[in-house]
Amino acid sequence: MESFSLILAIVVVTALAFDFTNGFHDTANAMATTISTGALKPKVAVAMSAVLNLVGAFLSVEVANTISKGLVDEAGIRPEVIFAALVGAILWNLLTWLVGLPSSSSHALMGGLIGATVASAGFGAVHGDVLVTKVLIPAIAAPLVAGLAAMLATRLTYRMGRNADGKASEKGYRAGQIASAGLVSLAHGTNDAQKTMGIITLALVAGGTLAPDSDPPMWVILSAGVAIALGTYLGGWRIIRTMGKGLTDLQPQQGFAAQTSAATVILASSHLGFSLSTTHSVSGSVMGAGLGRKGGVVRWSTATRMFVAWGLTLPAAALVAALAEWVCGFGDWGTAVVAVFLVASSAAIWKISRREVIDHTNVNDHEGPDAEPSGVVTQAMAAVTPPPAGTVTEEFAATIPAPNDPASPARTTV
Amino acid sequence: MKIDWAALGSVFGVSLVVTVALVALFTLGITGLSRRERAAAQGQSAALAVTGAYACFAACAAAVGYGIYLIMA
Repeated sequence: MESFSLILAIVVVTALAFDFTNGFHDTANAMATTISTGALKPKVAVAMSAVLNLVGAFLSVEVANTISKGLVDEAGIRPEVIFAALVGAILWNLLTWLVGLPSSSSHALMGGLIGATVASAGFGAVHGDVLVTKVLIPAIAAPLVAGLAAMLATRLTYRMGRNADGKASEKGYRAGQIASAGLVSLAHGTNDAQKTMGIITLALVAGGTLAPDSDPPMWVILSAGVAIALGTYLGGWRIIRTMGKGLTDLQPQQGFAAQTSAATVILASSHLGFSLSTTHSVSGSVMGAGLGRKGGVVRWSTATRMFVAWGLTLPAAALVAALAEWVCGFGDWGTAVVAVFLVASSAAIWKISRREVIDHTNVNDHEGPDAEPSGVVTQAMAAVTPPPAGTVTEEFAATIPAPNDPASPARTTV
Repeated sequence: MKIDWAALGSVFGVSLVVTVALVALFTLGITGLSRRERAAAQGQSAALAVTGAYACFAACAAAVGYGIYLIMA
């Protein structure tokens, strides 16, 4: 191993911690539908997802370089900036996990990077147009695409499969769900583990340990893969419960349609060069599957909370990161204060989470808000037709200033 | 600001078509298998349905294989 400054070591450890939170935050994406429909036992599901994440981390190093490039000027990057960015992203991930809301770990990371960069180098160092094309449009498009596909697929499979019953169909849908969930896990490993590798590599370059434009070293790939797999195995049961039971009640057919749609959207988008968030795609497809079954309901109050969290992810992570960067700016003791703050607040969040433990034993009991006044909201939803793709430009422009606006356009669709 | 509408549109189109096609194929396969189950219960055979079902599943497996190839590429 190369010679390491202390700050660099801290950055690497924090990056691995982020990778870990990323893993348990995003287990739900791959496994929530499989767990809630009973296709796999909860423990088996997260174990399978963890292994596939680990395998995925080794499959390619393409993505590792892309996270750092483009969004901010690399010239302004010092290890402290990356540290502050990671602090923002980790805290947001933990907070959304505590309230059980799925939100995009990549958005948290990008928000953190943006906030820390702004605090360190000013607004000029952030590329606003990249922000819109890489963050805002995908956030609106992903649930739409995945939701529509899942809804049509659900309708179709119910209509075509009305003569199918008995053991064969039960076993069939189970196998189908497991296969598509596995594909999502694998894709998650390649994408998200590599984001951490990219961050660590960026920090090493910024700290002068690695030459610019080098590939991530082997120990970086290995540790990032292991961290995300461990996080996945631990399982973010709170988020799994929201995704699998909270948004809608899934039957095996719906779970299969949702997971297939999510896997297709994720692969198609990353392959065709318009990357969409895994979390957004899966949530969208789960809701689409909920709408596709006759008599199926989507709990819009849960969905609304989730959309609000999506809107807040980037600004909140950016704010925390900017604060952290500001404190770090006071010198070594400032960095130490931020590090202590990160550990203390993570511990506090974990402590609060123990008040109501959700784990593999009770992940499927959802005493959800069934009595919510769904009538008004649902009717409003039904009244608003999905906007044609062409008008999306105006709409997301309206969401930028008020990301927590409950009238966010994404909610009116699917 | 340049938004790549073409890429977004093709993601939309490809995702819709592939998802629906895959789910349709898979459901066909399941229907075939469950026909065999019923035929077996009545002491008959349903060779055609079973062959069709396995063809459908093979196509789905090929799609999964292609997905893994895309992840690795």
